[in-house]
Amino acid sequence: MNIIILGAGQVGSTVATQLSKEESNELTVIDINQEILSDLQDHLDLRTICGNGSYPGLLEDAGADDADMIIALTNSDEINMIACQVASSIFHTPTKIARIRSPEYLRRPGLFAENSIPVDYIISPESLVTEYIYHLIEHPSALQVLDFANGRAQLVAVKAYHDGLMVGRALRTMNEVVPGVDMRVAAIFRDGESIQPSADCVIEVDDEVFLFAAREHIPTVISEMRKLEKPNKRIMLAGGGNIGGQLAAMMEKDFQVKVIEANPARARQLSATLDSTIVLLGDAANPDLLVEENIESMDVFCALTNDDEANILSSMLAKRMGAKKVMSLINRAAYVDLVESGLIDIAISPHQVTIGALLAHIRRGDVVAVHALRRGSAEAIEAIAHGDRSSSRVVGRAIEDIKLPEGARISAIVRGEQVIIAHHDTVIESEDHVILFLTDKKKIKAVEKLFQVGITYF
Amino acid sequence: MQLLVIQRILGLLMMVFSSTLLPPIVTGLIYDDGAILPFVEAFVLTLVTGFLLYLPVHQQKKELRLRDGFLVVVLFWTVLGVAGGLPIYLSGIYDISVTDAIFESISGITTTGATVIVGIDQMPHSLLLYRQELQWLGGMGIIVLAVAVLPMLGVGGMQLFRAETPGPVKDTKLTPRITETAKALWYIYLGLTIACALAYWAAGMSLFDAISHSFSTVAIGGFSTHDASIGYFNSTAIQFIAIVFMLLSGVNFAIHFTAFRHRSLQPYQRDAEFRTYLLVLSVVSVITIGYLQFNHTFDSTAESIIEGLFQVVSIGTTTGFTTAEYYSWPGFLPVLLLYVSFIGGCSGSTGGGIKVIRILLLVKQGARELQRLVHPNAQIAVKIGKKVMPEKVIEAVWGFFAAYFAISALMILLLMATGLDQETAFSAVAACLNNLGPGLGDVGRNFANINDPAKWILCLAMLLGRLEIFTLLVLITPAFWKK
Repeated sequence: MNIIILGAGQVGSTVATQLSKEESNELTVIDINQEILSDLQDHLDLRTICGNGSYPGLLEDAGADDADMIIALTNSDEINMIACQVASSIFHTPTKIARIRSPEYLRRPGLFAENSIPVDYIISPESLVTEYIYHLIEHPSALQVLDFANGRAQLVAVKAYHDGLMVGRALRTMNEVVPGVDMRVAAIFRDGESIQPSADCVIEVDDEVFLFAAREHIPTVISEMRKLEKPNKRIMLAGGGNIGGQLAAMMEKDFQVKVIEANPARARQLSATLDSTIVLLGDAANPDLLVEENIESMDVFCALTNDDEANILSSMLAKRMGAKKVMSLINRAAYVDLVESGLIDIAISPHQVTIGALLAHIRRGDVVAVHALRRGSAEAIEAIAHGDRSSSRVVGRAIEDIKLPEGARISAIVRGEQVIIAHHDTVIESEDHVILFLTDKKKIKAVEKLFQVGITYF
Repeated sequence: MQLLVIQRILGLLMMVFSSTLLPPIVTGLIYDDGAILPFVEAFVLTLVTGFLLYLPVHQQKKELRLRDGFLVVVLFWTVLGVAGGLPIYLSGIYDISVTDAIFESISGITTTGATVIVGIDQMPHSLLLYRQELQWLGGMGIIVLAVAVLPMLGVGGMQLFRAETPGPVKDTKLTPRITETAKALWYIYLGLTIACALAYWAAGMSLFDAISHSFSTVAIGGFSTHDASIGYFNSTAIQFIAIVFMLLSGVNFAIHFTAFRHRSLQPYQRDAEFRTYLLVLSVVSVITIGYLQFNHTFDSTAESIIEGLFQVVSIGTTTGFTTAEYYSWPGFLPVLLLYVSFIGGCSGSTGGGIKVIRILLLVKQGARELQRLVHPNAQIAVKIGKKVMPEKVIEAVWGFFAAYFAISALMILLLMATGLDQETAFSAVAACLNNLGPGLGDVGRNFANINDPAKWILCLAMLLGRLEIFTLLVLITPAFWKK
C-alpha cells in the first residue's frame, strides 16, 4: 500500500517504524523538521519530504496522486483536518485518517463526513490512552485491559501472586476455580517470554496471565483468581495535561481524585473545568508536597506528564513514600522494559495503545482491532468472518480444522451479544468476531489472508 | 565495523558481477572471434571467489550501518576495478601488462574512458564489447544496480546508495522504497541506452558499433571501438546524435524520472541546475566556435560549428569522445575545455567532475559574501530554484571543493615526480579525476606512453573522482576505524 504520513513526531515515527517493516507498504513521511526526517531516513526504508504537509504542492511531491492512504498525525488538529480535505478534494485519496486531539472537535460527530471534513477514521491518542488508564484503575489488579467486539469481551492481564488461586494450577483445572463462568487463558508470559498455554501448563509465581472472558464476568474472574484486592478509591495524578485533565473528568464521580500541575495557568483552568477534583499547584517530585497530600494513603499514583524521566522519577518517589500502586506514562520503548521489572507497577506506552487502534484501519481482510500485548511481543487480533463454507477459509469449519499459521491461536468468538470461549470443536459462523492470539508478528499477513473472502463471495 | 556482514555483501556482489562476463562470451560465440576462453576463465574465477567469500558468512544478516556502507562501496569499486582487468589481462592482447589491464578496467568502470590500448580496431569483438559494457555498468553505478536486484540489502541499501550517488544532496528518493528508486533509475538508463543505440544504428553505424557506442555515450564514458573514436564514422548525423545523448545523460536522472512521470517538460525548465548546465555549455560553445572561426582552424563555418559543439559537449559532460585533435586546437581552447570538464555533469547523472550544482552553490555563496560586505546585517539565504539550501550542504560543498583541488594539486606534483612534463601531468590529472578521458600533451591521444607509477596514481585519481573523493578519503581517517 502507498501511504503518506504527516508528522514525524512520537506518534508518526512509531507508526512509520511499524508500517515500514511490512514489505508491501511504501511510505512517504512529511514533516517540517528536517533533522527528524534525516534521522528517520537513516534507519528506515522510506521517503521523507520536508515542509508543511497540508500544502497541495507538497502532497503532490509526496505522490498523493497515487496514494492509497493518508495518515495525518501532526500535533495540530487543524493541519490534520486540512490535509485530509486537500487529499480528498484534489487527489481523491481513498482512505484518510486524522489525529484529532481536541475534545471540542470530537464532540460533534457530524463534523467528519464526506461532504464536510472528509476524515474516514479519527485517531485520538489522548482519548485512547485516557480510556486505557481508566480501565486499569477500574480493575485494580489488572496490568492491561483490552476491549473486543465493542467491549462485549475483554482481555485482562494479571500477575500471578504468591497466595493467589492461580499459582500451581494446571490450565485444564482453571474453570473449576470460577464455577459457571466460561473463560480462557489466552497467553502466559514468563520472564518476558511467551509460553504456549497448553492444558497441562502450570502457572508459576510472577507469571503474567492473559485471561479472556465476557465483560460482565471479568470482575468475578479477577477477584477469584487473586486474593481480592480492595477497589481503588484514592487516585493521585501527576500532570494535568490533556490526558490528566480528561482522566480526572472521567473519574471524579467515582473516585477521590487529586491532580498535581506545575503550570499555574493550566492549574487554574483545570480547577475551573473540574468539579470535585482537587487541583494542586506544584511539582510532583517534591516530597513535601506529596507528604502533605497523604501520598501514603493513595491507592494509585499516576505520572502523566510529557517528560518520561520526570514521570519515572516521580513514580519511584511516590512508591517509596507509600503509594500502593504507581503507574507511569513512558514514551521511550527502551525505558518501558527498564522500569517495569520492578520499580514501577505499570508502564503505559501511549504508542502501543495508539498503534493498535491505527493498525486496525490499515490491516486488510476485515480485521477490526489489533492490540499489542507486552509491548508488541505478541498481538491480539479481532477479525470478522464472512462468507460461507465454500468462499471462506474459516466459516463453517471447526476450530481444529482451520489451518492457522504457526504461533496463532483462536481464543474466543463473539456471536451477536454472546461470547463463546473457543473449544476445538466450536464451529465458526458467518459474521462471527473471531479473536486470535499471535506470538509471531510476521504471521499477521497470513491471518489477514485467512479472513479474506474468495472472489466468489462478491 | 561489522566485517563479516561486509564480507557477505561483497561476496554476493561479486557473484552478481560475474554474470556481466556472460554477454562478451555470447558476443564471442556470435562473431566466432576465438577470444572466449579468457572470459570463461574470468567468469569462473570471479564467481568462485564471490562464493567462497559468501559461503562461510552467509548467515550474517545484520543491517548495514553508515560506516559499513562506505567500506563496502570502496572495496567493491576497488575489487571490481581489479577483477574487471582479469579478462583483459588473460586475453593477452598486445602483450598487455597487469598495470595496463587494471588501468583499462578502472578507466572503464569509472566511466573515464582513458585508454592504454592502441590498435583497438583490430581487437576481437568480445573484448571490445566488454570494455563498453564496463563503462555502461559503471555509469549508473554498479551498486545502484545491486540495490535494484538484491532486495535483501534493505535499509543498508540506502547507506550504499548514498556512498555512490554523485551530488551534494543525497537524500532525495524518487520512490519511497530504495529498491524501487534504484529500479526506476536503471529503467531510465536502459531506456536512454536503447534509444541511443537505435539512433546510432539508423544513422549508419553497424549494429555492433551502435550498441557499443550507446553504452559509452549514455554512461558518459568515452570508450570507443575505434582508435579514432567517433571521428572514425565521419558523419555529422552521428556526431549530432552523440551530442543529444551526452547532453541528456549529463542531466540529473531524477528530473528525467519526474518529467517522464508527468509527461511534461516543465521539470527541466524548473530545475536551476539544468538551466545552469545548459548555460555553461552554450557559453563555452559560442566562445569555442567563435575562436575556431577566427583562427580558421576548419575550412567551413558549418564544420567549426559541429566540431566545436561536439567537442564542448563531449568534454564538458566529461564523456571524452573525440572527432578532431582538440589538443592541438589554437590558443587557450584546449585548457578552457579541460576547465569546463571540472564543472562536469549535473548531480545524480552519469557525468563526472565537480557537478554543476556545487559550482552553482559556490557562485551563489560567493555572491552572498559580496552582499554581506555591503549589508553587514543582512540575512541572506542561498537559494537553488526556490528552495533554501541548508548551511550544512554549503559547508560540505566548500569542503569538497577544497579537497578536490588539494588532491589534484598533490597528484600533479606526484606525476611530475615520475617524470611527466607539466602539461601532461596537469591534463592527465584533470582527465582522470573528472572521469573525462583524453588529456593534452603526451596523453592527448591515449595513455599508453606514460610510465607505470603514473598509471597507478591515475587509477587512484579515477576512483577518487567516481566516488566523489570523500567516500574514499573517509577510509583513511583514524576516526573511521575506531571502535
